[in-house]
Amino acid sequence: MSAHPWVRPYVLTGGRTSGRRQLLVHTLVSGREYDPAFASRLLPEAKALYDRVHIVSESVAELSAHCGVSLGVTRVLLSDLAAGERIEIGPETTSPYDPRLLERVIDGLRQLA
Amino acid sequence: MVYGSSPDPRTGPLPPRSVESAKIVVAGGFGVGKTTLVGAISEIPPVNTEAWMTQAARTIDPLGEADGKTTTTVAMDFGRITLAPDLVLYLFGTPGQPRFWPMWDDLCRGASGAVVLVDTRRLDVSFPAVNYFENDSDVPFIVAVNLFDGISTHPLPAVREALRLPPEIPLTSCDARDRGSVARVLTEALAHTMRATAGPRPGALTTP
Repeated sequence: MSAHPWVRPYVLTGGRTSGRRQLLVHTLVSGREYDPAFASRLLPEAKALYDRVHIVSESVAELSAHCGVSLGVTRVLLSDLAAGERIEIGPETTSPYDPRLLERVIDGLRQLA
Repeated sequence: MVYGSSPDPRTGPLPPRSVESAKIVVAGGFGVGKTTLVGAISEIPPVNTEAWMTQAARTIDPLGEADGKTTTTVAMDFGRITLAPDLVLYLFGTPGQPRFWPMWDDLCRGASGAVVLVDTRRLDVSFPAVNYFENDSDVPFIVAVNLFDGISTHPLPAVREALRLPPEIPLTSCDARDRGSVARVLTEALAHTMRATAGPRPGALTTP
């Protein structure tokens, strides 16, 4: 499934295994202004992610799956793109147990039940 | 986190900084219906990814597969439910095999709750998942019996006894094929989280 299964992940990430900011599997990512010249200079994996987030806003896990880039590499590449202000990372949730968040999700689910 | 300057959701997609995402983990042994449950309510087909593999997982997984496969694939699937223009809920099914437990930690980080799905015909396959959430995770969880034929063959107290489930852990039943039933189970899981995490918690981010 990976675009280049023979390329070791550290080649793509410059040896790093984690990014500047922790990206959870459900953290939402989306594009900013698409820059074709910038995109053309990216490695295939980074370009696939950069292109995809400018089409749809998706979670880190979805981007990893749809671009065929392993989750660890996806995290590092997205983190780099965000640090360069090329993409937007969703808000850091204060706490997954925040009662306000839980109530909103429960309200939404009750409409499906 | 609330952004006062959010544009009107009716005029177009919101910028991502105002869209929140939450996550519920769906665990349980192989074949208990996790993928079915995710698929019953997800607006996208459950994504079953092989791209999940990381170096860390590779090093802890030296087992050669019986069929001679050299690459390990991980059955990890997830679904997505847009609950509001600015709110998305993700469901993550855990890979069933214990040797992927480091990935369970990763999946559970930041989760609002978890559902351990059990099949009463094969309770034992879900023991490891119950143990994981009882002992190795802080994520509040409930246990749900998947009624494969829509009928309960085992009374819940007997299931609770067989699973050695403490009284404070909610036990319920559901039909993993039915969207409404799944929505109710997920609601129960989050209601349990609200109860279990109510009150001041050390280390929690607080708002004035």
